[in-house]
This record gives sequence, structure tokens and C-alpha cells, in this order.
Amino acid sequence: MSRLRAATPVHPVDARAFDLLSLTLAMVLGLHALHMPWWLVAVLAVVLGWRWWQRRQRAGRVPRWLKLPMLALLTLAVILQYGNVFGREPGTALAVGLLVLKLLETETVRDARVGISFACFALMAALLSGQGMVATVAVALGLLPALATLRALEPAQVTDSLPRSLLPGLGLIGAALPLALLAFLLVPRLDSPLWGAPTPDQASTGLADSMSPGKFAELMMDDSPAMRVTFDGTPPVRAQRYFRAYVMARYDGFTWTFRDLATLAPSKLEVAGSTSYHVSLVASQQNVLPTLDVPIDAPAGARMRSDRVVVADKPVNDTLRYSLSSATRYRLEPELGPHRRRWLQLPDGFNPRTLALGREWRQSHGGDDGAIVRAALALFHDGGFRYTLAPAPLGRNAMDDFLFGTREGFCEHYASSFTVLMRAAGIPARVVTGYQGGYWNKAANYLLVRNSDAHAWSEVWLPGRGWVRVDPTGAVRPERVSQGAAAAAGDQLAWYRTDWLQGLRNRWDIVNRWWDQGVIGFDALRQRGLLQPFGIRDVDTATLGWLLAISSTLFVAIGLVWALRRRQPRDPLRGAMRELERKLARKGIARRRGEGPQDYLRRAADALPGRREELAELTRSYLELRYAHAEPPTEPLRRFIRSVRDFRIARVVK
Amino acid sequence: MRSVMQRLQRWAEGRLPALTRYRRPESLPIELHRRRIYIVPTGFGLGFSVLLLVMLAGALNYSNNAALLLTCLLGAASAASMLVAFRNLDGLRLAHVRAGHAVAGDPLMLTLEFDSARPRQSIRVELADGTIAFALDGRSGTAVQLSLATEKRGWQAMPRMRVWSSWPLGMFRAWSWLRPEQAVLVWPRAEDAGPPPRAPAGDARHMRLYRGDELAALRDYRVGDPRRHIAWKSSARHENLLVKDFEQPQSRPQWQLDWRQLGGMENEARIARLARWVDEAEAQRCSYSLWLPGDEITSSNGPLHYARCMNALARLP
Repeated sequence: MSRLRAATPVHPVDARAFDLLSLTLAMVLGLHALHMPWWLVAVLAVVLGWRWWQRRQRAGRVPRWLKLPMLALLTLAVILQYGNVFGREPGTALAVGLLVLKLLETETVRDARVGISFACFALMAALLSGQGMVATVAVALGLLPALATLRALEPAQVTDSLPRSLLPGLGLIGAALPLALLAFLLVPRLDSPLWGAPTPDQASTGLADSMSPGKFAELMMDDSPAMRVTFDGTPPVRAQRYFRAYVMARYDGFTWTFRDLATLAPSKLEVAGSTSYHVSLVASQQNVLPTLDVPIDAPAGARMRSDRVVVADKPVNDTLRYSLSSATRYRLEPELGPHRRRWLQLPDGFNPRTLALGREWRQSHGGDDGAIVRAALALFHDGGFRYTLAPAPLGRNAMDDFLFGTREGFCEHYASSFTVLMRAAGIPARVVTGYQGGYWNKAANYLLVRNSDAHAWSEVWLPGRGWVRVDPTGAVRPERVSQGAAAAAGDQLAWYRTDWLQGLRNRWDIVNRWWDQGVIGFDALRQRGLLQPFGIRDVDTATLGWLLAISSTLFVAIGLVWALRRRQPRDPLRGAMRELERKLARKGIARRRGEGPQDYLRRAADALPGRREELAELTRSYLELRYAHAEPPTEPLRRFIRSVRDFRIARVVK
Repeated sequence: MRSVMQRLQRWAEGRLPALTRYRRPESLPIELHRRRIYIVPTGFGLGFSVLLLVMLAGALNYSNNAALLLTCLLGAASAASMLVAFRNLDGLRLAHVRAGHAVAGDPLMLTLEFDSARPRQSIRVELADGTIAFALDGRSGTAVQLSLATEKRGWQAMPRMRVWSSWPLGMFRAWSWLRPEQAVLVWPRAEDAGPPPRAPAGDARHMRLYRGDELAALRDYRVGDPRRHIAWKSSARHENLLVKDFEQPQSRPQWQLDWRQLGGMENEARIARLARWVDEAEAQRCSYSLWLPGDEITSSNGPLHYARCMNALARLP
């Protein structure tokens, strides 16, 4: 074995291939940069750049005394950052680090090939942490330098400039795209994972099941889509687009919390008007499914809890689609029953001034709950309150500080203080969180709801009317409800929220939605329905396999036709002679099998005595062109072609 | 181990020509076409397909469609590279083979001229252990030089050469055999040492006569002239020494190399000795003639004459 290896010559990697390999690794590093600690990315980038520079100066492996400590440092850094080396995030960081370190010892063609294979794997791993369209396209572009590197590893080739050497890879990918799409459609999807699917260890920002004033601020800066909604009928007007997620009853002086009471039956609902809609919920890592207003029933895989909160059985780790009908005009829980005390709970020893204000209103307005609600809204409207996403911090008696001190805040502050005021006045009240507003995309007829549309409002229970939604934020800043979060925030938001840019982003979301639905959302269920247009209702795995085999064969056949096709070298002289033969054949002078051009044209001249000189000239020039030169000279050839074209046989009148 | 494998291969090729892609020698030009190009995955290709399977399993398991799409794309591109590899060889033409000269035991330079109507990259020709890579620009042909090991003098059939290419990604190897129906002539190896050719008696005397007496002229002394050539009497009348310049022989010695002179020797030894004499005569730039059974080469010299003599020696039965 060792003798064999010694006999195998070691091919060193040339400078171009090494440049391309470095470029590939730089792309891998760039694509992973967002999911890795910045200092690790920076250090790896420096190592990569240094190695590239060093190899340009002098070929040779990096000595082992340098390599081994780097390996140890990398492992140590990953362990320090993540705690261990297993799992998706630390594993990816370690893999990218190892890949960069592999470059340090890349000298031979074999090393480079191993590096490229590994880089392809790392490119795929970049998609595990985010499979948006832009990320996918970026990763696909990362394949270009990888393919170019593999090409550059082959010996004896015509070298191009570095950017041009990326182009053939693009051609190859373009040629492979149809087959790739077909395989994508037909590769049978798994119903359940073979091994444990990763649980995202980092909770993304999203609605939480608790709320304290100021908690939303980060969420309201997050412009990523939360869900997309299509309506069966006309969409509700903007001011009615309240999507409920959590109903929060318990307040401990700091935080409102949602308690999932599985034992309680859903509260009673009398429906006067309803609307049906379909939601595509972006992975939220939570169980709650936001619903428009009050849902009438729960979709499959989810259950309706008390207070009509819809909770899915599993956390939403992937984009989830569900269809629902909701009541838009309704009476919710007309009789409060024994749970009335739950909605009046207030912590002891907090917010004395707020409680006093609530009790004072009760005394002054008597039994008129509606008047108390109006008094609270009037306080927010006229009391010098300001809507801001960066309010001053609040102390222990947060509601007192807010109502009588800072008087600035956003939806959470208003909903929270309003609910406390109502409870103090003896009106059952609760905080509801969810989304409000959204962007109606006219072109594709769907509502895009972003995380920044997160909202909190209140519901009060009024005798005879049940739970009624009251949005105290609307009293302070009506634009929040009528125009959306961005308008309400005014000029407090970052520069990128300017109108035209926002409009562009909203329109761009069509593409994202299409990608989400067409590519990311193409699951086992959709795959089974693939052949529905052809009358096959349910496609099982075996059929898919057959389809895949048959259509791959078809594609291979097309490829083979391309590969086997041979272009005959075009011979213009022969073409011109053929044309002449056709013209003469129309006159009944066809060339016989095995008849030479000289004999044939002489026979033609005998048959057409009027054209004798012309044909003799054609014969002479043909013979000269064909036999006097190895390659017919251009100018006489052109003349011959022209005279053949001009050769017309007039009808011979006999 | 290796020789056993070779013997096994030879046996298999004799018994199962179709299975081992064995080809009879064929006349030039040889054009590669689809019926004689074979494609096999390389080690790297096999490893890469395993990697693709791992990626596929990962993408399916995490039901990550973007990763699945990427894997499909990479797989389809790899498969397409197989066709590119095939097309890289398809239509390649071996137009001529020119052989250089070499004595038995020395490597013989073979020049293969390839041409093609299309540009082609990274094509390799493999002969025994040597491999050489070349590219074609689609307009003019390319000459490739390979060295062929020789063993004994005489006609040596052209060996089988493998032409292959792993263009563009190195995952598939398209290959074909080339076996031109052509033979190369290997010259005999000269013996290491031996007696000089026996010059004919008359010839030797003739040469001495020429060198001897006839005084042609007197000329100035140059360092190194033999002392006995100094014309002392004439020099006395001059300021410097004069030397008697004798007439040069009319021609360089003429060697008549004759097979018949070496009677009683073994056939190959005779040829080796004649080869040495031809070598020496050519090195001393004297004319020589060669008589061989069935072939008589008249006296001459120069590289052409040398080649003619060596060819004649090589062809001897």
C-alpha cells in the first residue's frame, strides 16, 4: 500500500485554484457570519486572509506547531461560547472554523477537493439557520467559486481571468436547474424526522405569554413578517384588524401573565357576523395561534382554550398554515358567572394613586360602567399623554409613575394602566396582546403582518354586552390604529423606515410570500396533492419514486442527445453545389449516384445548350475551389456561391 | 501482486474482449466516438456522492426545503458534469503518431498529434506510468510527447494508450483506449567495448603514403608542431622557424563495415559490434559503408546515412 502511494505523484495546487478555494471559503464564512459570534468570524477571516497571502509568497504547508495550537484554540473558543461542541450552532461554528484551518494545510489537489466537498456541506448548513429566498440565492451563488475551484484543479486548461472563470459554473448550474427542480418536486418527503429535529435554542423575538410595560419595544423594532393572512371575503377595515393572541388576567404589579387553563371550557360566544380567513404563520416557537378577533372554532392540531385563545398542540417551529372563521360582530360571554373575581384581581400594595383614581370614578359615576370607560379614555386623550417607543423608565409603582409622572409610553403602558384603572373601579377588565393593522398587499391580495405590528389593548366586561374591546392607545395616538405602527412611531424610527423604502419592502414581501408558500411550504402533504390536476388524488412514496426515476431518465436522455449530437463541419462549397443540383434537378437533370461533378455538369450543359458557357465556368471554378486548395479561398468561394444563387433556369420554350 | 494483476488482465482481455474494452490495433486517424468512450466515477466522485446523500438525509430530516433544493442542484450539476466529461472526449481525433529514434533500452519519444473541431480542456494520455495532459483550442492540432520504454531492437508494436479526462469537476472519468496500428523501429544497442574495425591492408598503406613524403609548402612555426617537421635549413635563412607542411590525406579514412568479417560470432553480438562501429564512424565523421546480408549500403556519412544503417541493423532477422 505504501509503495502504491509513493508511486502516485502528488499534484500541487496552482495559484489560480488556491485563489478560488480561498474565495469559496470566504463566501462560506460570510454566509455564516450572521449566526456566529463576530469575534470568531473576524479571527477566522484574518487567518484566511493571512494564509492566502502567505501561499502567494511561497507555497508550503503551515508548520504543525502553528496548526495544532490554532485547532485547540478554535475548539476552546467554541466551547467557551456555546458550552459544548454538539448541536447545530456550535457544530456549525466548529465546522466553519475547521474548514478555514483546513486551508492551512491545503497543498495538493486531494486536499483542495476535500476542502471543496466540506465547503459544499457548510454552505448547506448555512441554510439550516434560515431558509429565506435571499439566503438561498446567496448560498447558490456560493456554489460558483466551489465549482470553479474544481475546474481549476484539472491540469492543462485555457485559463481565464478570475471573474470569467466563475461563468462556466453558472452555465452548469443553469443546465442542471430543470433536473434539480424536478428532483425537488419528486424526492419523497419524510412524514416524521429520522432523528431529533433541532429545537431552536435561541428564542426569537415574538409575542410572549407575559407582558410588562416596555417589553414590546424590541419587538416593535423588528420588521420581519409575523404572519400573512388571506381573507375569503372582503378584508376587514384597518381599524378592525385586531389579531388576538394572549388574554392576560393576572397582574402582579410588574407583569401581566397568561395562564393556560386547560380545564375551563371556552367562554360562550354569540355570533352576529363572521369572516373566514387563512393564516400563514411564520415560525414563532410558541404554541399560541393568533386569530382575528374572536375565533368561532379551532383549526386541526390546535385547541380552543378558555377566553377563546387558540393554542396549538406543538410549538410552531416551521411556517404553519391554518384556516379559521372568526366572529367580527359578537357577544362574548354575556354572563360572567363565578369567574368575575378573576377579572378584578389586583396586587396588594401597588399603585395606590391609580387605585384611588379608579375608586373615585366609581363614586362619581355611580353604576354607569360606560361613563367610567369614557372618563379613562378622556384622561389619556386630554391628560398630556404622549406616544413614544422610548419611554422613561418606571419605578415600583409603575402605573402611578406612568399616569401621574412620565405620561409617555406605547400600547403596553396604555393597555396596562387602563386595565388597572378599570379593575380599581370594579369593572372586570383584562389585557389582550396580539397584532393590529398590517400591510394590505393589493397586488397579491393578502395582509402582511409584521412583528412590529404587535399591539396590546384591553377588554372590559359590560353588563349585557359581554367583553368589549377598548384600545386606549387609540385615544392617545389614533394613527396607531388607523395607519399602523410605523405611522404612530412618527420620526422616532430608524432611517430605513422611510416611506418609499417601506413601500418597497412591502411590495418585495410578495416574493417572500411566494417563496414561503412555493418552496419552504412544500411539505409531504402538498407533495401528495401534486398530481391532483391530473386526477390522481393521493401520491404515495412508491409512485413518487417511480415518477422520479422516469423523469430523471427523460432528463438524462435529453442530456445524452445534447452530448451525442455532432455538428458536421459546415462546408459552404458543398452547400452551394447542392443548391445547384437542386436547381438542375427541377429541370430533370438529377445527379446520378457516383457521378462526378465534372461529368454531371457536362451532361447539364448538353441538356441546356443555352447555358453552356455559364455551366462550364461554374464547373471550372468548382473544380478549382475543391481540388486546387486544401481549404477553398474565401473570395472565390463567395463568388461561386453568388453565381450559383444567380443561376436561374428560364423556362425553355421549345 | 502487480504482475499477477497484469497477467490476469491480459488473460481477461484475451478471453473477454468486449467486457474489458479491449481493442484491436486500428489504423490512423482514430476518432473517439460514443461506442468507445466509457465513463466511471472517480474516487472523489464516489466520495462526493456519499456527501450528497448525507446532505439529502439532513435536508429531508429537518424538512428544510431550501437545503434540499441546494442538494438537488449540486447533485444535478454533478450528473451534468458526466455528460461534459463525455463530450470532452467525443470527437477527439488522433491524427498522426511520429516516432523518434532510440536504441534498445532507452526510452523512445513518441509524438502524438491530436486535433478536434471543438476546444477541449484537460485531456490526458497515459502510457505505462507516464501521463501527460493537454488542451486543444479547436483550431490547430496539438502534439503531445510521450516516452515509450524499449527492450530489444527491431519492430515494436505501438502499445495501448489510455486517453482520459476528468474535466470539468473531477467527479467522472471518461476514458478510451487508443491503439494505433503502427510499429516503431528500435535500433540495436551498441556493445560497450571491442576491437576497432580491421581496415583493409591496401587502404592503410595508401593512407601512410599520403601522410609521408610529398612536401607541399613551408609555413611559419606554430606552437605544437613536431620538432622533426621543422625545416632547419630553410629556417636558418629566415627570422623565424619554418615548418614543412605535408599534404593532408585526400579524404578521411573510409571504413568498410562488413557483416562477413565477423564470422564465428553470435548474431546479436555481431549486430551490436556493427552498431558500435557505425556509432564510432559517425562520431569521427568519416565515411563508412555497411554490408549486411540482403542489404548493402554504400559509403557515405551524415545523420541520414547513420539512420539508414541503424535501421538496416535493427531490421536484421
